[in-house]
Amino acid sequence: MKRISIEQEACIGCGLCQVYCTVEHSKSKDLVKAYLKENPKPVSRARVETNKPISISIRCQHCKDTPCVIACLTGAMTKETETGHVVHDPEKCIGCWTCIMVCPYGAVKPDSSGKIIAKCDLCPDREIPACVENCPNEALVLEKVEQ
Amino acid sequence: MTKYVIIGASAGGIGAVEAIREVDLVGEVTVISNEQVPQYSRPMISEYVSREANLDTMKYRSDGFWKNNKVKILTGKTATKIDFANKYVELDGEEKISYDKLLIATGGKPFVPPIEGGEKEGVFTFTELSNAEVIDAKVGTSSSAVVIGGGLIGVSASEALVKRGIKVTLVELKDNILNLILDKTASLIAEKVLKEAGVTVITGKSVQRILGRKDNEKSVGGVILTDGKEISCDFVVVAIGVIPRTELVKDTLVKVNRGIIVDRFMKTNLLDVYACGDVAEAHDFLIDGNRLLPLWPLAHLGGRVAGYNMAGKQVEYEGGTVMSSLKYFELPIIAVGIVNPENISEYEVLSEFIPEKTVYKKILLKNSKIAGFIFLGNLEKVGIHFRLLKNRVNVTEIKELLLSEDFGIVSLPEQLRQEMFVVN
Repeated sequence: MKRISIEQEACIGCGLCQVYCTVEHSKSKDLVKAYLKENPKPVSRARVETNKPISISIRCQHCKDTPCVIACLTGAMTKETETGHVVHDPEKCIGCWTCIMVCPYGAVKPDSSGKIIAKCDLCPDREIPACVENCPNEALVLEKVEQ
Repeated sequence: MTKYVIIGASAGGIGAVEAIREVDLVGEVTVISNEQVPQYSRPMISEYVSREANLDTMKYRSDGFWKNNKVKILTGKTATKIDFANKYVELDGEEKISYDKLLIATGGKPFVPPIEGGEKEGVFTFTELSNAEVIDAKVGTSSSAVVIGGGLIGVSASEALVKRGIKVTLVELKDNILNLILDKTASLIAEKVLKEAGVTVITGKSVQRILGRKDNEKSVGGVILTDGKEISCDFVVVAIGVIPRTELVKDTLVKVNRGIIVDRFMKTNLLDVYACGDVAEAHDFLIDGNRLLPLWPLAHLGGRVAGYNMAGKQVEYEGGTVMSSLKYFELPIIAVGIVNPENISEYEVLSEFIPEKTVYKKILLKNSKIAGFIFLGNLEKVGIHFRLLKNRVNVTEIKELLLSEDFGIVSLPEQLRQEMFVVN
């Protein structure tokens, strides 16, 4: 499966991963429009945390043990057998926040509607996820790992 | 070829099916359900009543679930007896189904105390789809309802009914709604949100008698509270709580306290007999002992563990604890563990309350470990606290940061942080 690995030493805390994640998950795919015009506002699935000198860019790890999938009340969160990706079905999500409670990474959050959740989907429309492609210091690396 | 029989097709039974099929593709799996709809998300029955979900969208698994997993699903059938010596389950007093491995995942049933007038038409419970269908039909000809019980089910029912335009009065015996989950501060915030949405909340009282209608004594027309106050209504929802559905093991060798007692492998005291979910008393990692925890995610997790062990793969149940995430009227709250201790002096309490922003955070520490917390408002990083609580991590070093907006994985001690990013 595809996996985004995080090189903590290389992360400079610039936040570009959040910016490009937001743009990728916007309707317009345009940075200025995504930030200024769109309603509902697109949200970043990545979160940069800084505690100098450390910074880390965090997103869904598509875990092997999937606390969010097991805890999901509706069956909206599933782990795809073929890809190993943890996938969220917005049609089935009722925004109960149970996945938020059990995610050890804090990598699930409400989307801007406040009615369903948003999390990393590994950019299904792209070869290389937007955050990885735009990381200026190769702190985010796309790997292929065994499931 | 192993014969697996699972009684109950809800969160636990489905978890067991999935786990069994990860290990054993050939064994014969039979699932017995006394409900007509073979699988659905039980927590979504409030969404069904509010018409935010329908029978299609509330399915917990895809339509092909039973077929794809080669499961023989028996719906509308009730297991009436288990013969543990001869290893079979009797259905509706007739058909016998033999098993090699048995899972009792019969869940809970609503607790309905004897109330005068409780037999009248228009007194409902709120734990099954069939209840929701009856209530849905009743809503069309009704304008008001009384909900008895201010716990999770009662508040869910109230929310659904208010969204359908029903005038709801919620009656809670204790001084605060959601008192098993929240502390007083959080409960009052939740109560305020309910009231703003139009629910009349009455606490510290209960329903003494259910009254009939003037034109039809057999049909609900109102209630009388313990203080003598009369409230007219078209129907009543009893939502006091659920109790384990243990009838099948009554007067048998299966060890039962309030629920069926299971070990860390979800095994009962009888060989080849497992139990999980609302019917079972399983491990709680916070109290380090067994207790009833009738929560959907734990039923599913316990079912999975039972399934693995039934199929011969030894997996230990990590346990659960009191853990609730709420979204009533769009007020997000997550509360885990001990939040209302009897002996508060044994705990260190960290808290922050910003009423104007509807933000409330409270963390209870005991012996330098997180024993419980409530977060209301921004929930994004609550899972990090949950992990610290679950893994019983000593948080002395990071105590000052726990309530901070900037708290995150980056705040964790180096070793704890590094182990999170090892490929698992």
